[in-house]
Amino acid sequence: MDAKAAFYDVDGTLVKTNVVHVYAYYAMNRGSLLGMAGRTLATAASVPLFAAMDALDRKTFNEFFYRYYAGLSEDRLISVAEDMFEDVLKPALYEQTRDLIDQARRAGCRIVLVTGALDFSMRPLARHLGADDMIANKMQFVGGKATGKVIPPIIEGANKANAIRSYCVREGLSLDQSHGYSDSASDYAMLSVVGRPTAVNPDMRLRAIARAYNWPILDLK
Amino acid sequence: MRPLKTLKKLYDEESQVVITEKGSPPRALFSGENFLLEDLPVGTRVIFPRPPLEGVPNVKAAIRWAINHPEGMDPLHALLRPGMKLTCVIDDISVPLPPMATPDVRQSILEVVLELCADSGVDDIHLIIANALHRRMTEGEMRRMVGQKIHDAYYPDRYYNHDAEDPDGITELERSPCGSHVVAVNRRVAESDLTVYINVNFVPMNGGHKSMGTGLANYASLRAHHNPKTIRDSESYMEPTKSELYRRNERIGKAIDKHLKVFHIESVLNNRMFGPATDFLHKKEEDYTEGDRLKFHAMRYALSKMPRAAARTVLNSIPAPYDVTGVFAGATEPTHQKILEKSWQQYSVPVQGQSDIVIFPIPFISPYSVNSILNPLLVQVMGLGYFFNLNRGVPLVKKGGVIILTHPAFDEFDPVQHPSYIEFFNRVLPETRDAVKIEQKFEREFAENPSYVHLYRKGNAYHGVHPLYMWYWGENGRQHAGKVIVAGAENNHVPALLGWDRTDTLTEAIEEARGFMGRSASISLLRIAPTVMVDVK
Repeated sequence: MDAKAAFYDVDGTLVKTNVVHVYAYYAMNRGSLLGMAGRTLATAASVPLFAAMDALDRKTFNEFFYRYYAGLSEDRLISVAEDMFEDVLKPALYEQTRDLIDQARRAGCRIVLVTGALDFSMRPLARHLGADDMIANKMQFVGGKATGKVIPPIIEGANKANAIRSYCVREGLSLDQSHGYSDSASDYAMLSVVGRPTAVNPDMRLRAIARAYNWPILDLK
Repeated sequence: MRPLKTLKKLYDEESQVVITEKGSPPRALFSGENFLLEDLPVGTRVIFPRPPLEGVPNVKAAIRWAINHPEGMDPLHALLRPGMKLTCVIDDISVPLPPMATPDVRQSILEVVLELCADSGVDDIHLIIANALHRRMTEGEMRRMVGQKIHDAYYPDRYYNHDAEDPDGITELERSPCGSHVVAVNRRVAESDLTVYINVNFVPMNGGHKSMGTGLANYASLRAHHNPKTIRDSESYMEPTKSELYRRNERIGKAIDKHLKVFHIESVLNNRMFGPATDFLHKKEEDYTEGDRLKFHAMRYALSKMPRAAARTVLNSIPAPYDVTGVFAGATEPTHQKILEKSWQQYSVPVQGQSDIVIFPIPFISPYSVNSILNPLLVQVMGLGYFFNLNRGVPLVKKGGVIILTHPAFDEFDPVQHPSYIEFFNRVLPETRDAVKIEQKFEREFAENPSYVHLYRKGNAYHGVHPLYMWYWGENGRQHAGKVIVAGAENNHVPALLGWDRTDTLTEAIEEARGFMGRSASISLLRIAPTVMVDVK
C-alpha cells in the first residue's frame, strides 16, 4: 500500500478555538502591565471585528492580524507560545482528538497539522499530539525580531491545498490515499485535493458540501 | 362421502405451497416501504410461511427451567460464587426483525439471570452488547431491549456496546504464526470468571459458536471467515453442515471454549411478525377476509401517499409480537442443536425441485437497517445473500436461473449509520464488482480509514469494512444466478452498478426472465415475510 498522510486543520477541527483566540492571548501577554491592560481592552473591543473579518476573508484577516507581532523577539514569541498552549489550546482540545489521531497512526498515516496560525504558536500542540510534521505560516524575523510579515505563500484556502500537494510530492506520499480533516468551508480546497476528505464539526456551508459529495462528517466532542 | 375434489381442496389448504390457477387472487408483495399487488402467471408456485408455532406458556418459567437443566454443563446457580467477575453478553438489534414487542426476550432472560446472581452474591457484572462490527446501539434502543430497571442500574458504566476498535478493549486468545488466524474477544469477557451469552435465534445461522466468535471479536479475527472464499465455499448459510462459514466459526468457538467459561442461553422465536393490524400478512391471499382486504388496501394506499421517510418511520415503529417457542441453555454445541431443531420446525417448508425463475419480495428492513434506510447494498444482501440462502439442500433457483427482486432500488443512504457504504457504492462498484478483487484492493483501506473507525466507535455507524462484507455476503447468489432483475426500480443507475437488469413492473420482469430462460420456465415466489425457508427435494 502507498505511503499516506492525514492532514488536520487545527482551529475548530482539533481544538475548540480559532485563530482569534491565539491573537488575543498574544495581545494580552505582550509587554508591561499597564500596556497589557490597555491592549486587553483594545483586544476585547476588536475581537468581534476580527471574528467578522475572519469569517469574511481569512487571507486579509491573517495579513492584517500578523502585523501585530511586529517588534516582538523570537524568544518571547516562543515562550508565550508554550504558555498559550497550556492556557488556551490544551484545555480546548476535543476529548476525541487524541483517538482520531491515534487511529490514523494505526492505519499507517503520517500525521501532519495544516494551519493558518504561525508555526511557533502551534509547535507545542504538534508536540503534544505527536504530529510528524506541520504545514504552517512562518513569521519573518530580522535580527531576532518579528517584522509582522509572513513569509509567502500564506497558508490558507487554496494555498493549503497547494502546500499539501507539494508536501506529498516531496515526501513521496500518495495524495489519493491521504486523509484531510477540516471544520470550515474555507478549507474546501484542502479537502478536495486529498483522496479521503472528512468534515469535522463542519460549519453550515461545509456540512452542505460534505453532504453533496458524500464525505463523512465527524462530530468531535 | 366427501367428493374427491373437496378433499383435494382441503388438503391444498393445509399445504404451504400453492400453485397459481386462473382466478387465483393477486399476491401482496413487499417492495421496500410499499406493497405490490400482483397477478402471477398460471402455474407459478407460491411458497408461504408456516403459521406461527405455539409459544411456551410461561417464558420466565421456561428460562428458569433451561438454566436449571442445561445441556452439557452444571446449572447456572452451581457456577456462581460470591465475588466472581461475570459478564452477560447480549445479541444486538440486528435480531429479531422487526424488533420484538416489549418485553424483549433478552430482558426476560436478564431479569432471571441477574436475580439469580444477586442471590448468589455476584455483584461484579457487566452487560455487553455483542455488536461486532455492527453499529453501536443508541441509548434508547439499549433501554428498550433490557427494560428501564436494568438500564437504570447498569447503563452506561456496566451496560455498553462492544468496541472492536478499542486497542485496550480486546484480548487475543490465539494467533497463528503468520497472523492470518486470530482468535480475539472483548477484554472484559476474557477476564471474566464466567460469561453468560444471551441469544435470540431468528434464523438458523444465528447462535452457537457464531455468538462469541463473531459478536465479541475484532476485524483481525473476523477477517478469517468474512471473506469471499469462505462465502463461496458455503453451500447454505442456514445449514451448519454445509456452511464453511459455520465451520470456521466453529473452530474459533472451540478455541474460545477452551480458554473461557461460557454459559449459553439461547432462545428461539416463532415467526409472528405482524400484530392485529397487519396479521393478514401471515395468511395466503386465498384466505383473506373482506376485512383483511380492506385493511391491506387502506395500508397500501396510505403508504403510497406518504413520503418515503415517513412510511419508513411508521413501519419501523411497529414491533413484532413474537412468541418464545423454546429456551435452552448450557454448553455451546448441544444447546444450539436444540435451537436448530426448533428453528427448522418453524421455518422449513418442503418443496419439490428447483425453479428457473424465483421471485423474492424485498421488505423495508434488514439486519443492518433497523431504524435506518435499506440502501442499495442492503437490497443486494437481502436478495442475493439472505433470501437466496433460505434453504436446506439446494437453492430454490436453478443454477443459471433468474432471480427477480421487488424493490424501488432507490439511491438513498444513511450518512449516520452507513457512511462507508456511500463511498463503497460510488467509488468501488463503478471500478469492479469482483469480490476477490475488492477484498485485495480495498478491504484494508476501508477497514482502517480513521474517519470510519471514529464514526464506528463514537457515533452509530457500521464499521468501515461492513459494506465490503455485505458485498461478499451476496457472492453465492451472484455466482449462482444467470440474471438478476429488480422489478419496480425507480432509476437505472442503481441496478446498473449492482450488475442487475431493471423493469418497471413485476409482469415485465417475468416476461424478461422468460425471454432469458424460455417460455416454459418454471416460476416460484417465496412469499416472505414472515420468515420462511425451503427444503428443496
